[in-house]
Amino acid sequence: MQVTSAIRETLVTGGKTVADVSHDISRQVEGKPTRLWWMAFGVSLVLLTYGAYCCWMMLWNGIGMWGLNKTVGWAWDITNFVWWVGIGHAGTLISAILLLFRQRWRMSINRAAEAMTIFAVICALSFPAFHMGRLWLGFYWALPLPNAFGSLWVNFNSPLLWDVFAISTYFSVSLVFWYMGLIPDFAVIRDRAVRMGNKTRALIYNGLSFGWDGAAKTWMRYESVALILAGLSTPLVLSVHTIVSMDFATSVVPGWHTTIFPPYFVAGAIFSGFAMVLTLLLVTRKVFKLEDYITIYHVELMNIIIIITGSIVGIAYITEFFIAWYGQVPAEQYAFINRATGPYWWAYWSMMTCNVISPQLFWFKKIRTNLVATFILSIIVNIGMWFERFVIIVTSLHRDYVPSSWTMFHPTMYDIGQYIFTFGIFFTAFFLFAKFFPVINMAEVKSIIKATSEKKSTHTH
Amino acid sequence: MAAKENFLVGIFDDEDILLHAVEKIRDKGVKIKEVYSPFPVHGLDEALGYKRTRLPIAAFMFGMTGTSLALFTQIWMLGYDWPMIIGGKNFASIPPFIPVTFEFTVLLSAFGMVGTFLVVSDMKPYKWPRQYDIRSTDDKHVMAIDLGANKISKDDIHRILKDSGASEVNEKSF
Repeated sequence: MQVTSAIRETLVTGGKTVADVSHDISRQVEGKPTRLWWMAFGVSLVLLTYGAYCCWMMLWNGIGMWGLNKTVGWAWDITNFVWWVGIGHAGTLISAILLLFRQRWRMSINRAAEAMTIFAVICALSFPAFHMGRLWLGFYWALPLPNAFGSLWVNFNSPLLWDVFAISTYFSVSLVFWYMGLIPDFAVIRDRAVRMGNKTRALIYNGLSFGWDGAAKTWMRYESVALILAGLSTPLVLSVHTIVSMDFATSVVPGWHTTIFPPYFVAGAIFSGFAMVLTLLLVTRKVFKLEDYITIYHVELMNIIIIITGSIVGIAYITEFFIAWYGQVPAEQYAFINRATGPYWWAYWSMMTCNVISPQLFWFKKIRTNLVATFILSIIVNIGMWFERFVIIVTSLHRDYVPSSWTMFHPTMYDIGQYIFTFGIFFTAFFLFAKFFPVINMAEVKSIIKATSEKKSTHTH
Repeated sequence: MAAKENFLVGIFDDEDILLHAVEKIRDKGVKIKEVYSPFPVHGLDEALGYKRTRLPIAAFMFGMTGTSLALFTQIWMLGYDWPMIIGGKNFASIPPFIPVTFEFTVLLSAFGMVGTFLVVSDMKPYKWPRQYDIRSTDDKHVMAIDLGANKISKDDIHRILKDSGASEVNEKSF
C-alpha cells in the first residue's frame, strides 16, 4: 500500500493511467520526428560542424591558436571544463540524492537530467583532452600505464590526476546508472513494437533492454542495484566537484588558495546544473507535450533548489571577500579588489548580478511558477555561472606576482569555436536522446501513478 | 525435444489486488512460478517468499577490491618503483592517495555490481525473454503458474486465480 500525504500536490496531472504512461512516452520514440525536431537537430549539427572545424585547426596548428599567453595559461578551456562538469551535477543530484531522500518528484525528470549529465561530462572532458594538444596521446599521459620513460609513473599527488580519475569514474558510473534506468523502458518499447508488428525495432530495443522480462525477482535485484548505485553516486558527485575545486585550491595563486572552494564549487555546480535542467526540460515538455508529467510543481521545486544553492554561492562570494580582508595577506587582498574593480570588473559584476541577485526573484511564487520567467532566469544563471569560473580563473592569473608580466586575456575565434563545439556535441546528443530514448522514466512514473495521479473517478464534486 | 511446459497465466490490473492475491494463492498451496510487472511492486518479493538479494555483498566486495588495488598501486608506484621528491613530501604518503582510491572503489563497486546483476539475472542483448503475456511491460501484472509443478488440478487453480481477483486467466505453453 502506498500512502501519501494529502497536502502534497499531484505529481502527474490529467488523470493518467498506467497504460497512458506507456503510450505518451513511447509515442515520440515510435513516430516520425517532427519538423521542430529536425530544425533543432539541424542547428545543433551546424554548431557541431563549425566547432569541429575549429578543433581541427587547433589540433593541426597547436594550442597557440587559442588566446592563451605566458601569464594567462588557463582561460576559456578550463572555464568551460568546470562549467560543463558543474552542469552535470544536477543530473546526479536528482537521480541519486533525491532517490536516497525518497523524493518522488524526481521521477519524471531524472531520465532527461541524467542524460544531460552524461552529455555535459563528455563536453567537459573534451577541454582537458584538447588542451593536451595531442589528443591521441591523452590516455598514455594521463593514466598510470608502463611507458618509455623507464616507467616514470603519473604523479598521484597532483589534483589534475585526481581529476582524471574523478571525471572518468563519474562519467562511467553515471552512464551505468542512467542505462540501468533505461533497461525496463526499452522493454516497453520492444513489446509495443511486437504488438505493432515492427520486427526490426523490436529486435533493436530488445538488445538495448538486455532481454528484460520484468520478473519480480529481477525487479527485486534491480531495485537493490539502483539503491546502491545511488548510494555510490552521492559521495561520488560531491567528490567530483571537490576535486575540480582542488585543481585551484591546492595551488598558491591568490584568489585560488582558499579552503572554502570545495563546498562552494559543489553548491555552484548544483545551482548551474538545475538551471540547465530547467532550460532543457521546459523546451522538452513543450516539444513532446509532457505537460502532465513535468508539471508547474516540478518547475517550482527546482526553482526552490536554485534559490537555496544560489544563496549558498552568494554567501561564498561574500565570505571569500571577508576572509581576504580578515586574513591580511596583501596579495590575496589585491586579488579580490582587482576582481571587483580591476579591468575585469564587468565579468565580476555580471557574475554577481546573474548568480546572486537575479535568482532571488524566485522568492516570489508568481515568478517561480511562471514558465517564461523561469526559462529566462535559468539562462541568466548559466551565464552567471560561466562568468564565475572565468572570474576565478582569469582574474587571478592575469595579475601575476611579477607586475611586468601583467596582461589581459583575449579569446580568439578558436577559443570560441571550441566552446561552440561542445554546444554542438551537447545538443546533438540531447536531441538524439530525446528522439530515440524514452525521455521520462516510465517504470518509475507508473509505480507512483496510483498514489499521486489525480484520478477522474475519485472526483466526487 | 523437451516436453511442453504448460502454464496458467493470471492477469491482474492493480498492484494491491495482486499483492493480496499472491498471499491468498500461496496460502491455498499453489506454487507460483513468477510474477511479471511493468514496475517494481513493493512487498511483492516478500509475498512471493524470495530471499533478500545478496547483490549488496557483491558490491561491497568489488568496492574493497578497488580500494586495495588503488592503494597498492599508488604506494608501489610512487613509494617503491620510482620514488620522486614532490614538494619534499614523503614518497608514499597516504592523504594524497585518498581521492584516487575513493574513485576507484566507486568504479569497481558500481561496475562489479551491475555486471553481477546482469549475470545472475541472465540478461544479455541477444536473449529474448520468455513472455507469458506481452502486456506485462505495459500495464498488467502477469502471474505464471506452472501446471507441471502443481498437484492441484488446472480447474481448481483457474478458480483460485479468478477468486483472488485476476481479471483474466489464460493458458500458455512453451
